[in-house]
Amino acid sequence: MAEYQNIFTQVQVHGPAFPGVSIGRDDRERMGKPTDVHLFGRLGDAQIGPIYLGWLGIASIICFLVAFEIIGLNMLASVNWSPIEFVRQLFWLGLEPPPPEYGLKLPPLNQGGWWLMAGFFLTLSIMLWWLRMYRRAKALGMGTHVAWAFAAAIWLYLVLGFIRPLLMGSWSEAVPFGIFPHLDWTAAFSIRYGNLFYNPFHMLSIAFLYGSALLFAMHGATILAVSRFGGEREIEQIVDRGTASERAALFWRWTMGFNASMESIHRWAWWFAVLCPLTGGIGILLTGTVVDNWYLWAVKHHVAPMYPAVFGTVVDPAMLQGAQQ
Amino acid sequence: MMKSYTAIRIALLLAAGVLVSACERPPITTEQHGFRGTAMVKVANPRIVAEQAGIHAVPAALPVAPQEGQKASEVYQNVKVLGDVSVAEFTRIMVAMTQWVSPEQGCGYCHNLQNLADDSLYTKVVARRMIQMTQTINSDYKTHVADTGVTCYTCHRGMPVPANVWFAPEPQKHATRMVGSKGGQNTPAESVAYASLPYDPFTPYLSKANTIAVNATTALPNVRVGSIQATEDTYALMMHMSDGLGVNCTYCHNTRAFSSWETSTPQRVTAWHGIRMSRDLNNTYMEPLTQTFPVHRLGALGDVAKVNCATCHQGAYKPLYGAPMLKDYMALSAAGALAAMPAAAAPEAPAEPAAEMPAEAEKP
Repeated sequence: MAEYQNIFTQVQVHGPAFPGVSIGRDDRERMGKPTDVHLFGRLGDAQIGPIYLGWLGIASIICFLVAFEIIGLNMLASVNWSPIEFVRQLFWLGLEPPPPEYGLKLPPLNQGGWWLMAGFFLTLSIMLWWLRMYRRAKALGMGTHVAWAFAAAIWLYLVLGFIRPLLMGSWSEAVPFGIFPHLDWTAAFSIRYGNLFYNPFHMLSIAFLYGSALLFAMHGATILAVSRFGGEREIEQIVDRGTASERAALFWRWTMGFNASMESIHRWAWWFAVLCPLTGGIGILLTGTVVDNWYLWAVKHHVAPMYPAVFGTVVDPAMLQGAQQ
Repeated sequence: MMKSYTAIRIALLLAAGVLVSACERPPITTEQHGFRGTAMVKVANPRIVAEQAGIHAVPAALPVAPQEGQKASEVYQNVKVLGDVSVAEFTRIMVAMTQWVSPEQGCGYCHNLQNLADDSLYTKVVARRMIQMTQTINSDYKTHVADTGVTCYTCHRGMPVPANVWFAPEPQKHATRMVGSKGGQNTPAESVAYASLPYDPFTPYLSKANTIAVNATTALPNVRVGSIQATEDTYALMMHMSDGLGVNCTYCHNTRAFSSWETSTPQRVTAWHGIRMSRDLNNTYMEPLTQTFPVHRLGALGDVAKVNCATCHQGAYKPLYGAPMLKDYMALSAAGALAAMPAAAAPEAPAEPAAEMPAEAEKP
């Protein structure tokens, strides 16, 4: 019983290494003899390799490394090439987009030029990686669900760093690279546009984000809970429903009144996950371009309630004095 | 195998320890001050408040001195401020100032002890100007300091140079090279409570008068207001204010709409005037003293020490938790405020502004 209540995989099956199904003439692109790593097996599959890169993968990695180096070397230069300071300040360091005065013009290298270049190579790398995922899925005769889910995330990435800045007419609207810098950007973005929480597409995105986590937890728990009855054979049970499926379904009808099927639960989860960045991207795209102050928008449309003025009347002192704020 | 897991566990524990080392240890208390459900609470940590009690303790007022008798300017030479108070009161204030500003250095910190009227020490020239500044604050900035007022002690707390002053930061070496510009941010800086926000929130707002408001005033795009970068600048100033006053955002704002005045607290109005006051003090009183100070008192760029919110507040929502020190030293308030003095202590009224004072900058 205990094996079902452990966060680590309790069963590791060792057999002759499986190279994967043949992908025809591309088999030569699979590098390395498969090997088993016990610790990896605790979390996922113990088998590592063979690795397939292909020219798309190699080009993607090269582009990623170029972007990574541009960002990293700029950060290192910003602390005067001191490795110790680089480690100390790493979370703070960043590579900023051009200042607002440049608009969409090409800025000097050290005033956003590097940011543009890093963004270009990172985008190229991500696009190539997407293509690679699509082609690998095709090569294995799979559906392309993973690639399209990845594309949803790329949509949000492109809105943030490319499409919206273009519409706003300024690269300065885009996100900086860096751990704290991008978090500060997020906060500043919300503050500047009057609180993103009043953006209905942001609301939807959050609902799908938390919904994804909830669905994932419900599904994972359900399958683990019925795996003693063969519930982990989900795919077979889609068409050949066994006692595991029946019990899981009955459990949710008892507790929730409604249940997914062995097939539909995966569609729910996929759409919830994909809709999170899709709706989020729409929300970002509308911000500043169509709506300039989400709080005022929410007041206008009776989304934001007014609370009693418990502090009395507070008036902008600049209005009282006729002074500039 | 066992051994390596132990090592991993220890490493994870250490990593967790490092990650939370910058966090504040509980307890955290909250006190509601806004409407229910708006999360408008004052946040405090009683342990940290207790630790800081010493900084905010108020020194006992000196025994009251007779207000009658000859005026200081009639007895002493070269008295350009406080000349209209009685000799006894003048001496009392001088003793108080010594306790407030130079308790270890004594009178000799500002005065040539052979000739107290001598202006040869720069500290005396600065101190005189600082008295005028204090009088201006207490009379012209009641919108910020109310009748509580300030004294030298509000900032100095027994130190010749207040603990919290600011200088313009040194330009970053790589800002003008080919790579590595930080754009004036992305550095763990105390000035912005260790955020990666722009680390000089003072020059734009407490020296220059850059626009602080960044929000659109209409729901739909109309007039272009602040950029994201300008928002980060404002955010940086707000981090300083929060840190300098030991308060969270909701002390002044309903954070669902930072810019909305109608949902803000009255403290925001007080803070608004405080920003203008700091800017005025820096431009009218501190900047002109740049040449008076010796080089070792100046910043890396040769600029004078300037005030920000923390200079007086020092981490408290009101300096000295609002203890009214000024009422015992009403001469530190200029003419207007003296009228409010209790009758027994009133007669010396028409102090200040002496003719040789430089023209004051226009108030915002």
